[in-house]
Amino acid sequence: MVSRRTLAAAAVAGALAAALPGVARAQGQLTVYCSVQEEWCRPMMAAFERATGVRVAMTRRSSGETMTQIRAEAANPRGDVWWGGTGDPHMQAAQENLTVEYRSPRLSELQPWAVRQAEQTGFRTVGIYAGALGYSYNATELARRRITAPRCWADLARPEFRGEVQVADPNTSGTAYTMLATLVQIMGEEPAFTYLRALHQNVNQYTRSGAAPARAAATGETLVGITFLHDAVTQKVGGAPVELVAPCEGTGYEIGSMSIIRGARNMENARRFFDWALTAEAQALGAEARSYQLPSNRNAPIPPQAPRFEDVRLIDYDFARWGSSQERTRLLDRWQREVRAAAR
Amino acid sequence: MGALSLARLALAVAGLGLLLLPWHGLEGGVADIASWPGGAAAPLVALLPGGERWWLWPLVPLLVAPLPALAAGRVPGRLLAACGAGAIAWVFLQGHAIGLRGVAWPVLEPWLGEVRQTSLGWGAAAVLAGAAGLVATGLAARGRFGGDAFIAFLVVGSAGLLLLFVFVPLLTILSAAVVEDGRLAPAALAARVTTPEAWSLACLADRQGCGVVWNTLALASLTGVLSTLLGLAFALLAARGNVRAMPAFRAMTILPLITPPFVVSLSLIVLFGRTGLVTGWMWEWFGIPRTRWIYGLPGVLLAQVLAQAPIAFVLLEGAVRAIGPSLEEAASTMGARRFTVFRTVTWPLLRPALAAAFLLGFVESLADFGNPLVLGGDFDVLSTRIFFAIAGARHDPGQAAALALLLLMLTFGAFALQALWIGKRRYTTVTGKGDSGVPAPLPRGLKFVCGAVAWPWMAFTAAVYGIILVGGFVHDIGRGDMAFTWRHFLTGFEVEWLDGMAFRGSAWDSLFTTIQVAAVSAPLTAGLGILLAWLLARQSFPGRRSLEFMTMLSFAIPGTVVGVSYILAFNVPPVELTGTALILVICFVFRNLPVGVRGGIAALAQIDRSLDEASATMGGGAVQTLRRVILPLLRPAIVAALAFSFVHAMTAVSAVIFLVSARHNLATVYIVGRVEAGEMALAIAYSTVLILIMLAVVLGIERLVGRAQIGRRAVPATPMRAGA
Repeated sequence: MVSRRTLAAAAVAGALAAALPGVARAQGQLTVYCSVQEEWCRPMMAAFERATGVRVAMTRRSSGETMTQIRAEAANPRGDVWWGGTGDPHMQAAQENLTVEYRSPRLSELQPWAVRQAEQTGFRTVGIYAGALGYSYNATELARRRITAPRCWADLARPEFRGEVQVADPNTSGTAYTMLATLVQIMGEEPAFTYLRALHQNVNQYTRSGAAPARAAATGETLVGITFLHDAVTQKVGGAPVELVAPCEGTGYEIGSMSIIRGARNMENARRFFDWALTAEAQALGAEARSYQLPSNRNAPIPPQAPRFEDVRLIDYDFARWGSSQERTRLLDRWQREVRAAAR
Repeated sequence: MGALSLARLALAVAGLGLLLLPWHGLEGGVADIASWPGGAAAPLVALLPGGERWWLWPLVPLLVAPLPALAAGRVPGRLLAACGAGAIAWVFLQGHAIGLRGVAWPVLEPWLGEVRQTSLGWGAAAVLAGAAGLVATGLAARGRFGGDAFIAFLVVGSAGLLLLFVFVPLLTILSAAVVEDGRLAPAALAARVTTPEAWSLACLADRQGCGVVWNTLALASLTGVLSTLLGLAFALLAARGNVRAMPAFRAMTILPLITPPFVVSLSLIVLFGRTGLVTGWMWEWFGIPRTRWIYGLPGVLLAQVLAQAPIAFVLLEGAVRAIGPSLEEAASTMGARRFTVFRTVTWPLLRPALAAAFLLGFVESLADFGNPLVLGGDFDVLSTRIFFAIAGARHDPGQAAALALLLLMLTFGAFALQALWIGKRRYTTVTGKGDSGVPAPLPRGLKFVCGAVAWPWMAFTAAVYGIILVGGFVHDIGRGDMAFTWRHFLTGFEVEWLDGMAFRGSAWDSLFTTIQVAAVSAPLTAGLGILLAWLLARQSFPGRRSLEFMTMLSFAIPGTVVGVSYILAFNVPPVELTGTALILVICFVFRNLPVGVRGGIAALAQIDRSLDEASATMGGGAVQTLRRVILPLLRPAIVAALAFSFVHAMTAVSAVIFLVSARHNLATVYIVGRVEAGEMALAIAYSTVLILIMLAVVLGIERLVGRAQIGRRAVPATPMRAGA
């Protein structure tokens, strides 16, 4: 009995010690919110620790969750840098004054699309990688059904793909919203919605996560999955029988971004990280972590598996217009009303 | 405990908070303690003379005033209550008025000037606890709560905690439902609550989707009914069917409880997905075309019933065993046939347990987030819709709050219906009197039906868990790549020997935190839950209904809403907890509390009050009755509450996804990340480890606390594990 009590007391004492409010020390620390895959977050932080000696505390969440977190914490921010994740929420955060302006000396080394994004947001965010939108199909299943390989957006609306296309729900996923905005920019708004209504007949499921359709196409749960191409590359490198398609009509892209959170407790280190993350060496870590996006530093090596922008017909995606919350709400409302609510 | 000694103790605790413990939260962690008694760890008594915290001076007279009377051995009720309440009010008022960035209320600006302060710390917590004790003894001395200071303290204390950690955060976030563009707009609330997105009945007319409320209701009702029926079949077989498969039954009941979220769903996809194993065989052998039926209502329902049926079984088995055989014997003696006995005696006595099983299935289905997320397909329910209204691409906290209100309404509707169905009848079967007899065996037809339902389900459960077991050890079970590998376990749990052990695997951190947090929160949950159950079931005091309502509140709220409400409420002073492990513990305690409370109430309902009265007649006070009579009889309920809260703390996901931080990450959040990244094998491997740990803990708790023996002759009764 005595021993049990001692044990319990020790457990409680230990727990109390662990539970004492503890916040990062002001010196030599940095809190990073990371919104790419865990395999990429970890080596990235470890490399920064090795390069500078700053101790990094990293939390990985999806970009939507991180945005929610930063909003909720606005009165007393906990994070310093938000690294990675699709650009829309970063631009929203800039718009809502949740992040601060910082002009890194490395801006001159970046690709033009990254610099343009920084300019559009008043230097509150900057592009660190880009990925083109597209789709992947399961070659085995396609051959089994004797369907000719699709090449364009229009092909996906063909009747033989009925119930075989998977794409995320634009209400929950930035990927799917990028597709919505891309199609509107390629085709014009009315034809785009006509197309989306036709595509709706072929969609078997609107997933909640943007990258899920790539996985579903890899396992054959669906024939075609619309995602960013680098998500599909990851599946292909993993050995799945998928083929990638950059649609012939042209396609949009995302800019994975990085921002410094307003009220960061370790502002000095946040800037150090910001500068470091834009270097070619730091950006080369992505490919090692099986993330095949296009790095924003012009000198960073492009992973050989990455879908090159030269081979993709990229449209001149207007991030400022389609990223604004007004246009977004309008498009999403219309999609919900005219496409999602339709029978199929 | 007498009023005087409790009041003295309370004052001592408050004094401790005033004189010794650091008044403010330690921003720099434990290391700050080194600066005591000055600097960041200074107690209030060191802060006051300097004048920098002059607005805290009123606390001193408030806490000193009761001292002379208490020292003289008197208990001045009115004074104690007033001083205690005053101190509590002052601590919170000043905390809210003066924040991190100066004065929060512009009205006070000219009076206070340039002042700021950080969050409340352990010293403030002790002062608050002491003040609560003063209020309680004061009220008891004035004749409230039957004059029992101990009960008064329990009520005041638990009410305060529930207010702080359940009610206030919820109010913060739910008020978003009536706010639009920063202004109060009741019309917006009406529009949000009646939105066709929630109530549309289009699915009846053509092939569109229905509103989320109907989806949620249909799913929850089906889950409740199916899991109750399955549980009943198993319970009747186990308790009355003379089957020799108890170990298998018990294994099946424990497994779903200790399964982390997502894994069952993943396993169902591996079995029944379009490229799944079973689907493949069906195609090859019978030519049944491969379809995607698993994504949607059928899949989610299957996953939820898999999880809920065992819980229903545990509840119902206990109830079946607890039925005193003498009633049934009386019926048989009077010439009733076996089935008549079952229909007229056994079945009615099972009513509360059936209602409880259905209710649990229903409510758990409402709160379930993981299964609809993975298997839902186009089938949307409230919990996922709320999550994406908050964290999705279209950020709409107002809509999320309105949907959360709807979810709350459904849950409380279910509780109201349950109360209506059980009614005011008595179901007491455990009394102080001796009770002997042999339970009647099951009617033959009924036994056959139960067997026909139970055995195939058993096989199905085994298949699902078989997949989980295998999944961690093969390359990629989702793609049918079944080559054996240790790779996934190595990624997660690699250990290296370089002058000592180094935990290199990426899962170790989250695993250690998870175990720590679960181990701390489980006993707290069980203790508080059982105490509250006893208060609610056996004591009568003003405000009892509201207290009960508050305990059930957090159960009815979707986890995501709880998580975000905790950040909103506890990210800034006076109560600043985000980023600590403490907030995880608190979140778990108050989230799992309802289970301990319901389990305790259900168990108490079967223990006759005459036992309490006997103790009281012989001079036992509230403390003694609780310790000597109630707690020993409640042992099974305590075991259940402990095990359940530990397990739930290890498997909860939606509530904590916003509360974890870099230093304190949790296993489930890690698993969600794996699933998102499509690394099902690593997720399954991690889940296997969690399952093993939880299994060990659940069995360990059972051994340590022991299983209760309710004495009856003839058949050694197994425990009543109500409300698991």
